[in-house]
Amino acid sequence: MRQGLVRALGGAAIVALVAGAAACNSGNNGGGSSSGKNCGFKIAYFGALTGSAANLGVNIEQGAELAVKQYNDKNGANCITIQKFDSQGDPAVAPGVARQLVTDKKIIGIVGPPFSGESEAADPIFEEAMIPTITPSATRPSLSTHGWKVFHRAVANDDSQGPAAAKYIKDVLKPTKVFVADDQSAYGAGLADVVKQQLGALVVGTDKTGADGKQTDFSATVQKVVSSGATVFFYGGYYQNAGLIRKQLTAAGWKGTQLGGDGVKDPGFAKAAGNAAATGSIVTCPCSPASKAGGSFVTDYKAAWNQDAGTYSDVAFDAMNIFLKGIDGGNTTPQKMNDYLKGVQYQGVANTYKFTDTGELDPQYIKVWAFKFDASGVDQPDQEIPKG
Amino acid sequence: MNFSGLIHDLGPSTVAGLAQGAIYALFALGYTLVYGVLRLINFAHSEVFMVGTYAALITWGIFGLDQNSATPGTGAVIGYLALGILAAALISGVTAICVELVAYRPLRRRNAPPLAFLITAIGASIVISEFVGVATHRNIRGVPPLIHPATVVHFGNTNITNLQILIIVLALVMMLALDRFVNRTRLGRGVRAVAQNPDSAALMGVNKDRAISLVFLLGGLMAGIAAVMYVLKIGDTRFDAGFNLGIAAFTAAVLGGIGNLRGALVGGLIIGLFENYGASLFGTQYRNVVTFILLIVILMFRPSGILGESLGRARA
Repeated sequence: MRQGLVRALGGAAIVALVAGAAACNSGNNGGGSSSGKNCGFKIAYFGALTGSAANLGVNIEQGAELAVKQYNDKNGANCITIQKFDSQGDPAVAPGVARQLVTDKKIIGIVGPPFSGESEAADPIFEEAMIPTITPSATRPSLSTHGWKVFHRAVANDDSQGPAAAKYIKDVLKPTKVFVADDQSAYGAGLADVVKQQLGALVVGTDKTGADGKQTDFSATVQKVVSSGATVFFYGGYYQNAGLIRKQLTAAGWKGTQLGGDGVKDPGFAKAAGNAAATGSIVTCPCSPASKAGGSFVTDYKAAWNQDAGTYSDVAFDAMNIFLKGIDGGNTTPQKMNDYLKGVQYQGVANTYKFTDTGELDPQYIKVWAFKFDASGVDQPDQEIPKG
Repeated sequence: MNFSGLIHDLGPSTVAGLAQGAIYALFALGYTLVYGVLRLINFAHSEVFMVGTYAALITWGIFGLDQNSATPGTGAVIGYLALGILAAALISGVTAICVELVAYRPLRRRNAPPLAFLITAIGASIVISEFVGVATHRNIRGVPPLIHPATVVHFGNTNITNLQILIIVLALVMMLALDRFVNRTRLGRGVRAVAQNPDSAALMGVNKDRAISLVFLLGGLMAGIAAVMYVLKIGDTRFDAGFNLGIAAFTAAVLGGIGNLRGALVGGLIIGLFENYGASLFGTQYRNVVTFILLIVILMFRPSGILGESLGRARA
């Protein structure tokens, strides 16, 4: 599970490659775009369906598949097919699966990959094949800096999460002493550094723990937090370490509030910490609560899958609908689809989407929410963190 | 480097280090006992420990305790702790004997070279760990809140919790008991005889195989007790819980003088303390760097470890 989250962060970067194709040969788009009816095309889901991080991937796949189902209800059964590619969320597995994907010339868009790690591995292959991607969840900032033209990211990256977390600490928790630690991962350390920088003199102590799975005894860190007198503890890292630290902090008698980023936004946090210790812990996420999605999405999702929409299910639903709207508009080659994504402005159930030149979500549509773990170990929406 | 932090936190770091070191020490006994007798590093010992953590959790689970249940009353807690320790020690002990019977004894009968033992030890370790990993879907399992955290001793900025006292006291008592057992009883004398010279011991009527099984059993019992203290301290266990701890405990055994029971205690406490001092001085990310530099420096001056005696020559 730990690795899975890490991968999840890595996955978001894939989508941006499509637009600047002038210099590239469109060698892979020879599909049947000549027919008058815009049916018979495929949109792929690429991401984890099995493996330790499967839950996050399945949330996303089901959101995307729901959009296709609704589209086909209107436009005839089997009009558009969602083709699923199971990367297992593993950067080592992803490239092989991606090469398999790009051989299918009917695929004109990809929802995914959900994780940053697999995105780093698979996106270059999609870029080469010029198939546009929209990731609903990979938040590593560097994914948009590779010059990939097919990369699009439907959520804010981690650069907007750190300032939001710092703002929440300052404005809502109003502590005088904050302790910041991270797990030395690209994601965790990056996030913690931004929080440290934004909080400035409020930070009375810092520490770095082992990576996920490399350390279970956090007594040194715990002891530092306790003796620093901090009432707020921010941890940049993933949910299992965060949960273990929360549990050990509580066992040491520390009564403050723990915060984390979207890497901690998982039931696994409460599972590691125990519900009692987890209660009141805050996580930030560049996502809106799935339960607050517009339209009939929440009930439709529940009806289709017999479970509640999960993290990023709504964004995946929107990402798929962006592609479907593109098909409606006659963008039936990967090349045309990518050009269309360059200028699209789409109002979905979770957000409004518009992409910048690098494939990032337009800053005016970035949302960061805070969630609070309740006594049953579920992260409930707390409040949207205002910008600036 | 944060010297003021180290000095300011010296008290808390020492307490945290002693509690951590006490668990390392009990764990290290398993390595040291087996090495003292067989000249073999039992790498499967970390899995003997891990099995113990699950034995305790499953025992508590039978009584309907999971990590979200309330803390039971004091009397019940003592009962549960005793049961958990009993179950963990028993299962760990049995696991250790099984490893000996399955992985080592057949090789010994055929006079296999030392490398063969090394690889079967690693093999046994992987088999047990992976089997538990698959059976538990590699999930972590939370520990019931048996001990309500409370600060018992308080001076300056140093707080000692009830759990830390329990861990340190229990570890010292078990070490003392084991030390007396090996040095003062007939069975213990048999173990020492086999450690000194297996063939002479056999000629003098010591049952070699039984002495070896006893050594594995003792190591397993100590690992089981360490397992209960570990889960109470950490709050969770996982199929690979023994791995990192095993490295630290093995280091402790070498540092104190492998094959030497008291060396395991000294080594364990030193590693525990210096991990925490290192974490205070440089940050937690450097705790292993500090520990292993210390190990190398000490071994440079005391190549056979701080106390450096073998089990066989331990004072009677």
